Amino acid sequence: MSQRFPVRVTVNGALHEREVEPRLLLSDFLRHDLELAGTHVGCEHGVCGACTVLLDGRAVRSCLVFAVQADGAEVTTVEALAGPDDELHPLQAAFHEAHGLQCGFCTPGFLMTLIPFLAENPDPDEDTIRRAISGNLCRCTGYHNIVKAVRAAADRMGAAAHEPAEEDVRVGG
Amino acid sequence: MSGDDRADGGARSVGRDVPRNEDRLLLTGRALFVDDVEPTGTLHAAFVRSDWAHGRLRGVDVTAARAHPGVVAAWTAEDLGDYWAPGPLLVSPPPIERLEFHARTQVPLAKDKVRHVGEPIAVVIAESRYLAEDAAALVEVDVDPLPAVVDLEAGLEPGAPLVHDDLESNLSARVVQERGDWEAARAQADLLLARRLRYDRGAAAAIENRGIVAEWDARAGEMTIWDTTQAPIPIRNGLARMLGLSEGRVRVVAPFIGGGFGPKIMMFYPEEVVIPWAAMTLGRPVKWIEDRRENFFATTQERLQIHDAEIALSADGRILGVKDRFLHDVGAYDPYGLTVPINSQCTLLGPYDVPAYHSEFLAVFTNKTIVSPVRGAGRQHGVFVMERLLDLAARELGIDRVEIRRRNFLPPDAFPHDNNVIYQDFAPLVYDSGNYRPALEKAVERIGWKEWRRPEMRRGEGGRRRGIGIVNYVEGTGIGPYEGARVTVETGGRVRVVTGVGTQGQGHFTSFAQIAADALGVDPADVDVVTGDTREFHWGTGTFASRSMVVAGNAVHAAASKVREKAVERAAAELGVEEEAIELADGRAFVRGEPACGIGLGELAVKANPLRGAVRGGSEPGLEASGYFGPERGATASGVHACVVEVDTETMDVEIVRYLVVHDCGRIVNPAIVEGQIQGGVAMGIGNAFYEMLVHDESGQLLNASFMDYLLPTADVVPRIETAHFETPSPLNPLGVKGVGEAGAIPVAAAFAQALEDALAPIAPGLEIREIPLKPSRLWELVEAARARAGGEAP
Repeated sequence: MSQRFPVRVTVNGALHEREVEPRLLLSDFLRHDLELAGTHVGCEHGVCGACTVLLDGRAVRSCLVFAVQADGAEVTTVEALAGPDDELHPLQAAFHEAHGLQCGFCTPGFLMTLIPFLAENPDPDEDTIRRAISGNLCRCTGYHNIVKAVRAAADRMGAAAHEPAEEDVRVGG
Repeated sequence: MSGDDRADGGARSVGRDVPRNEDRLLLTGRALFVDDVEPTGTLHAAFVRSDWAHGRLRGVDVTAARAHPGVVAAWTAEDLGDYWAPGPLLVSPPPIERLEFHARTQVPLAKDKVRHVGEPIAVVIAESRYLAEDAAALVEVDVDPLPAVVDLEAGLEPGAPLVHDDLESNLSARVVQERGDWEAARAQADLLLARRLRYDRGAAAAIENRGIVAEWDARAGEMTIWDTTQAPIPIRNGLARMLGLSEGRVRVVAPFIGGGFGPKIMMFYPEEVVIPWAAMTLGRPVKWIEDRRENFFATTQERLQIHDAEIALSADGRILGVKDRFLHDVGAYDPYGLTVPINSQCTLLGPYDVPAYHSEFLAVFTNKTIVSPVRGAGRQHGVFVMERLLDLAARELGIDRVEIRRRNFLPPDAFPHDNNVIYQDFAPLVYDSGNYRPALEKAVERIGWKEWRRPEMRRGEGGRRRGIGIVNYVEGTGIGPYEGARVTVETGGRVRVVTGVGTQGQGHFTSFAQIAADALGVDPADVDVVTGDTREFHWGTGTFASRSMVVAGNAVHAAASKVREKAVERAAAELGVEEEAIELADGRAFVRGEPACGIGLGELAVKANPLRGAVRGGSEPGLEASGYFGPERGATASGVHACVVEVDTETMDVEIVRYLVVHDCGRIVNPAIVEGQIQGGVAMGIGNAFYEMLVHDESGQLLNASFMDYLLPTADVVPRIETAHFETPSPLNPLGVKGVGEAGAIPVAAAFAQALEDALAPIAPGLEIREIPLKPSRLWELVEAARARAGGEAP
């Protein structure tokens, strides 16, 4: 297994070139080779969703992708969400305000699942939100505050799209 | 509520939904979890584990593993030499007369015998985890399999295979506790009802698995250990002893922990003992991160108990007495003592007046993963048994299910109420306070008990059936012995709070900050809380038994109150006024009524730590103090759970239509955090009731050791959970708080069973739900059996 293959992958806008074993998981590549430890590993068999990242804009489980499969691709991880001044992304801010996280271990996976979801569903109802996150396991929250956070984020992002000055969107209950 | 801890005139933060201080790190991926720790030169460990539940270990050959490229070491039990020893007994038996207990604790690596699937046999350490696992597969293990002890009753039969050969039987413990005269109660009874009830095994399944990283600094003679533990201080003290180091030379850090739920309070897991020794022996950092499959075999679990319970009642539904005899599965070793079955025994009494109680349990060794507390820690079973007995009794006596509970509540003037049994904290189980009836009535009203009883409400679409359940519970929380905290006003004006308890998502960085903030008149966002690092604070026990807010929270309060006194004293001297005239608010000390005449807390801290000049004899530098709190006994929280379920009678798929929790955890520090704890607890309880069961075959093999086969509840099946709060302050601590971390999970199965029976009564008269967890296929079997007995009509 010692044969290595070159990988060129753009992660959060930065190009990385490495030689890796073909069996190296993308999750391990991100966490250990690139030291982007915000992507978490909970089951390594594709169920819990904690390791979700964006691969060319689509949410994927990085534990089910080999690093070599990401060759030539663009990967986005949770580290890329906050703005340059460390300003929280509206989705992150909504999780904070709605108490949508407790231990926070699953949270990066939820966020990265929801980024493309909200892009495709800017005004989702509760059932749609629940279906969208039904592939991510959270053992702490019981999900309800996550659902609230997503709805609030949709409001905030929608408002931002139409009225850039709009701030202070209330998290509904 | 007392006002003694608040800054006069300052806005208080306790009782408000203060957003969490810890969120930013977690949301941006910068929070440090144990798997994120990787010092330069780190080696990685993989464990070779038993494939057999029970067997003689004939030999372990690590030759091929040692020869594998990248492997640094491959060790068996023999290689550990004198370091090899069974772990300590973590919780000694409580002082109960005639108690029998046989301690047999886990070992670092199996020697002579394997006692459960997944028990570590060898460890391989290599340059990467991938290489370590490659080499682990080359270790040859020779085991002569033995028949496994899986079933509790069979395990106690004479001639059963012995989990521990040096014991006469598989009995781990036998405990009898009683109050009143059960035989007399039985003789007086108008109704005697006896049932067998079963509660099966599940996994805590924190999304973060366990892990440990150890780094030995040979020149400094210091060991640093990052550990996913709920109890960093006891781990430090124990590992120091094992490694032959002074406690001050060992630092244990429990950084952000991705969920605890109990199994991370288990201490001296084999991996936790082996990895630091490996780092010391090899002179390089060593890391082991559990994978999910290992978690199913190697992380402690809970819940198999079989109860034979009997209740004696008068014709009007009053409880005269309860007798219970139960078997409790402890798994292969019993390092956690009797905590779980004692909790079951005590929690059964609930909010009710039970004049006579006779409870006996037999704890049984089995060839399964070790049992230690998992969120609820045995309390589920007690609630399930009592509430089920009351439901069946109500049915027999023709009394409404709510009414039979009303008739048996302890009245509000009954407190403190001594139950005359010994609890897990070794103290008599005395309820400190409570007021049960208003909570029940609130639940009845909020859930719409009467409306849901109407026939038209009981039918859903397409022949679906609806039913309602409502149950009560009392939970002993916040037990001792003690916790401590140190509070410092830093020279920049920020406040630092340091405490020894670990944190696993409970929001301590915010709730402890609120307590200190109110005492010192600062904003909670200006308070930095540090938990779980023994270099910062090394007195305390850990996070368990819903105790952090009660015990550590009150320690923070004690320390912050002392700092307040120091700040007031120094400010009065600086400003030339009496101490009574000083007010603390907005991060400043000032003369009441003259806000302009004041000084910032940071500046006061500078003045309290001068570089020159005489200091008054006996004074202490800085604005800093430590405080401790140890309750004489636990604070009793209580509540009501009510739910409406809808059952598809073709598939037995169950949907939870409504779920309501009315609870009383004393004074609430942060309502949003409390609600979050309740919601998450209920979700876990729902999993426990209907999705999650660890299934073993007769040879002790776990058949569903993955998240594909062991189902955690997901967002599409957990309903919106409604909550209502009562606040009956505990008289046992200055803040008046009670614990809430486990409450949500405890009564779910009982409410669920009652609602299911209610829903299915029209098609399956006489259906009794006496086992948990359920699943659609099992529910279908129970319904069919009930219908066959009753000659039931078609759905």
